[in-house]
Amino acid sequence: MNEPETETQLDVRVYITPKHGILDPQGATVERQLPALGFEGVSEVRIGKFIELKLTPAADASKEQIDAQIDEMCRKLLANPIIEDFTFAVDDQQ
Amino acid sequence: MVRFGVVVFPGSNCDADARHALSTFGDADVRFLWHKDTSVGEVQAIVLPGGFSYGDYLRCGAIARFSPIMQAVTEFAEAGGLVLGICNGFQILTEAGLLPGALLRNTGLKFVCRYVNLKVENAATPFTGACREGDLLRIVVKHNEGNYTVDPATYEKMQANGQIVLRYVDAQGERAAGANPNGALDDIAGVCNERGNVFGMMPHPENSVEAELAGGADGGKIFRSMIDALRPAVPA
Repeated sequence: MNEPETETQLDVRVYITPKHGILDPQGATVERQLPALGFEGVSEVRIGKFIELKLTPAADASKEQIDAQIDEMCRKLLANPIIEDFTFAVDDQQ
Repeated sequence: MVRFGVVVFPGSNCDADARHALSTFGDADVRFLWHKDTSVGEVQAIVLPGGFSYGDYLRCGAIARFSPIMQAVTEFAEAGGLVLGICNGFQILTEAGLLPGALLRNTGLKFVCRYVNLKVENAATPFTGACREGDLLRIVVKHNEGNYTVDPATYEKMQANGQIVLRYVDAQGERAAGANPNGALDDIAGVCNERGNVFGMMPHPENSVEAELAGGADGGKIFRSMIDALRPAVPA
């Protein structure tokens, strides 16, 4: 870290979607509604969740360790891996 | 007296009904277990009741599964103790990995509150021992996320192992469109774990225990089964 008096705070964005193969009745309903509003050509609508959080990692944490921590957060709580897929993105914020 | 513990999470709302239902049986002693307790005490059976624990935030049961009491409930289950999850309790058990699969939003996207007919597919569990295979139970459902799903490989094993305990059927006991209130895979209403000591069901047996109030007492058979399974054997 170049500025020891500033703590690095990371912006984390987690995207959670129903697993493919799991029926998504909400997505199906929205998909049916869009043509009624004049929007053609839309398919495979899936509705999921978006979670934002800020993470202040340990001072000596590597990128791999931070990613692993967020991955574990997702697997344990933020998503249910039986029925959901997730991806996340991490932005540095100084 | 068979000792039951009914766990209370923030947002549980069927805990009092569960306790009351069990109290109508003269041979059951019931106490509440607070979600922050770290021990289940000397109970012989545990009930995770219905409701909206933690407001159903994130996913139903996703947060309740990390309550301090759940460590003790898990150990109790792993030691062979009887655990019944009703509705939100069923959701908590799947989130905790004590039962396979998951409960999704009802395919109709609406909260459903009505009577259903259940067929007892397996009467050889500690939760259905007072029934016979093929018995019909008329019990209420009241849920928005009761759509049970599980991957095909696990489902095959569950079927072979008799883990599908209750299915939605029509009043004649037949599988039928319209009998399933939530779109659950293969009309599944209740499942147990491999060992048969942990059972989850979406319908509410605690609301069908006093015939004069509820118009039927079929739900009582679930509790009767558990009490009978746990009573000390009567000497011959």
